[in-house]
Amino acid sequence: MSIGIAPPATVLPATHANPPRSLWSDAWKRLRRNRMAVASGAFLVLISLFALTAPWLPFLQDPTLQDLARGATPPSPAHWFGTDELGRDTFARVAHGGRISMLVGLVGTFVSLVIGVTWGAVAGYVGGKVDEFMMRVVDVLYSLPYIFLVILLLVFFSKSLLMLFVALGLVQWLTMARIVRGQVLSLRTQTFVEAARALGAGTPAILFRHIVPNTLGPVIVFTTLTVPAVILQEAFLSFLGLGVQPPAASWGTLVSDGAKVLALFPWLVIFPGFAMSLTLLAFNFLGDGLRDALDPQGRRDGN
Amino acid sequence: MISFLSRRLLLMIPTLWVIGTLTFFMMRLAPGGPFMSEKDIPAATKTQLLHQYGLDKPLAQQYGMFLWNAAHFDFGPSYKYPQQQVREIILEGFKVSAELGGWALLLSLLLGVPIGVIAAVNQNRAPDHAAMALALAGVSIPNFVLGPVLVLVFSLTLYWLPPALWRGPETRILPVLALAVSYVAYIARLTRAGMLEVLRQDYIRTARAKGLSERVVVLKHALKLGILPVVSYLGPAAARIIMGSIVIEQIFAIPGLGRYLVIGATNKDYTLVLGVVLFYASFLMALNLLVDIAYTWLDPRVELR
Repeated sequence: MSIGIAPPATVLPATHANPPRSLWSDAWKRLRRNRMAVASGAFLVLISLFALTAPWLPFLQDPTLQDLARGATPPSPAHWFGTDELGRDTFARVAHGGRISMLVGLVGTFVSLVIGVTWGAVAGYVGGKVDEFMMRVVDVLYSLPYIFLVILLLVFFSKSLLMLFVALGLVQWLTMARIVRGQVLSLRTQTFVEAARALGAGTPAILFRHIVPNTLGPVIVFTTLTVPAVILQEAFLSFLGLGVQPPAASWGTLVSDGAKVLALFPWLVIFPGFAMSLTLLAFNFLGDGLRDALDPQGRRDGN
Repeated sequence: MISFLSRRLLLMIPTLWVIGTLTFFMMRLAPGGPFMSEKDIPAATKTQLLHQYGLDKPLAQQYGMFLWNAAHFDFGPSYKYPQQQVREIILEGFKVSAELGGWALLLSLLLGVPIGVIAAVNQNRAPDHAAMALALAGVSIPNFVLGPVLVLVFSLTLYWLPPALWRGPETRILPVLALAVSYVAYIARLTRAGMLEVLRQDYIRTARAKGLSERVVVLKHALKLGILPVVSYLGPAAARIIMGSIVIEQIFAIPGLGRYLVIGATNKDYTLVLGVVLFYASFLMALNLLVDIAYTWLDPRVELR
């Protein structure tokens, strides 16, 4: 006598005729409904394009062009954001500063992305002693006030832009590694991985062709939230005089310089500060929207 | 508990050793010595200076001396202000910074937690949307933008509060506010998320079914678990407040530890920078340990191992 489980008598009828939708189209639909997130995304695309193409925009003045006779003038039709003590056009300075801030934000995030994803994926997939060791390293680094090491690094060595990229990337990869590892741990036992292995795929291929693409959702969300964090870190370091060095300027150095003459020329703080805050706000809105869209289970707060 | 404590305390020592060693060798590898920037110093004076700071001894011996002294919280005199010991500078600055940071942290908790609770209880209604939009704005405005803006409004336009320095109580308001706003916002977000998670749980339904008032359910039963994310954020929050206070002290000309760190960094005053960094590192680690202990006290499900 055999005890079997009878197949269900009737196959559940298709409840709707719609073709099955992928996670991505679903997420896209949810994201589109979030008006703030869409507006933020559009704003970010515009301001990034504007900042990144700043050197070639004909209506922008040369941000290094000094005119001491003009001195610091408040906003006017000729200089929308006014000029600084050296007579440089603040609008152009903010645009070019945004270029540096954005570049630092994107490159720093990219560095953290590469290190974090690789570290987390390898730890999660290989498992065992290797995993334990790699995650212990992350734990120890977590407990270090890492930004102080960055400060030391920048104090003792060159304050070049390259060093800044490296230092900022190094600060941010830890959380990414943890997120990716968690994802990989739950993915590696699934059948599609087994299938890939059965077909003879090697470990690197399985890891980076099959597993890592499936961790993309949380990684995208965290990346979106890392960019403003890196921009903020850079501004912090620039504020201390350790970040971007003159004559180059980022939003951080602009605010820092402006704060010194706040009582006399307040527009030198207000415009770069406003540009920076708005950009960070947009990144945060978009990040929140993406999280809600890509991780419907994570969003258990109704709706 | 005892074994957990001793393990954590023991783990702090190698971590501090790693930081100390890293910084020591960074300092030696760094181009330029502390006395390179001065004008031409006579050779004899220079030898004298190097001797005074023990820089003429073999490296291994210097390293040993550095470790031994650092373990006794002695980093020697500042390179730039030789009449002052780094230890004295740190203690003096920390008193000010601790007050600034302490007020900011207190304010973040006192404002952030209630805002988060109100938002969670009114989920997806007007108070929630308003609170969360404000919180996102608060998270996004950097403190070094907020500080100057506050000064501009309250000092330079309205003439209500002094724009700088650290004298009477009225000088505390603006720096504490500038430092606290982003943590108020972040803690409000964390509290809301934590509360929403908890309010759906069975034990809350049980409490309601018992006929407890909503007030008791939310404030007594839900808050205790709902606040856990905030508690675990306190460690990182302290770290960030310390970082933030570096900037705030700079803006408001407050003679705190962060100010000395910046001065040390721009002057390449190696002993001062080293001392401040090591001090902050150990302070933060001790704080994180306290947070972990508080966590188990609030959440009996967590066991310290």
